[in-house]
Amino acid sequence: MDSTTQETATPSFPRLGQPAPAFEAQTTHGTLRLADFKGSWLILFSHPADFTPVCTTEFVAFAEIAPELKKRGVELCGLSIDSNFSHIAWIRNIEEKFGVKIPFPVIADLNKEVATLYGMIMPGESKTEASRCVFVIDPKGVLRAMIYYPLTTGRNMQEILRLIDALQTTDKHGVATPANWKPGEKVIIPAPATAEAAEERMKAGFETKDWYFSKKSL
Amino acid sequence: MPCMDSSGEMTAEARKILAAMSGGVPLSVVADMTGLPLYRIRSAARELAEAGLAEEKNETYMATEAGRAALAAPPRQA
Repeated sequence: MDSTTQETATPSFPRLGQPAPAFEAQTTHGTLRLADFKGSWLILFSHPADFTPVCTTEFVAFAEIAPELKKRGVELCGLSIDSNFSHIAWIRNIEEKFGVKIPFPVIADLNKEVATLYGMIMPGESKTEASRCVFVIDPKGVLRAMIYYPLTTGRNMQEILRLIDALQTTDKHGVATPANWKPGEKVIIPAPATAEAAEERMKAGFETKDWYFSKKSL
Repeated sequence: MPCMDSSGEMTAEARKILAAMSGGVPLSVVADMTGLPLYRIRSAARELAEAGLAEEKNETYMATEAGRAALAAPPRQA
């Protein structure tokens, strides 16, 4: 097999807590590598196809939260299995028809290399389109969270922002965040790992329901 | 390559980045000076190096002689 014409990488599925799979790809901002984003948080997200309605609403929505993400030190990078020319035409169309400028790069993954590395293709939905995937990668290049949505359902930007806030709060304070947590609300202190620590926890003065369940305000 | 247009000339953004590099600075400083995100600076630095217009030494990038000459030449009018 001619290695220069190899079309598909070995299908894989990334794992939380491990380095995000490295890639080099053609994008609307030139050739980019995952390593180019080191030092920033990165939201790498996929959409099924350019010039389709749900994807267009998502691009507009991602563009609208881009300034809030920048304040948090987060970059965005999109991906679909479309050509760079298609991406360029589509983002120009979005600007013309919707008045929204798309500030982030979009990977043109025509050979499905990045989509395959990241497990973005769900054959039960489509063999030729990526599903709606979100990968949150931290400044050290570690994959911290994944969201997978079907072709039919647009993603929620407030949840993505909330997820970023939660991960950054965890990193900054060494805490966990409970269900439905929003910034400003109490956080969870990680459960003690030894019997001695459990005993100490009961005396520590946190808001403690039981040895394994303590909250505090930041 | 987005740093070079179809006639082989540097784009305006590439000139801006190369000019910021001319003193030999870390790429994070180039990002601060140009207001461009660091990922774009890293990508552009690679392309400018491939074009022989910049070189990396000790984790800083600086314009080569060819890069300095290209900066000194007036940009071609569209």
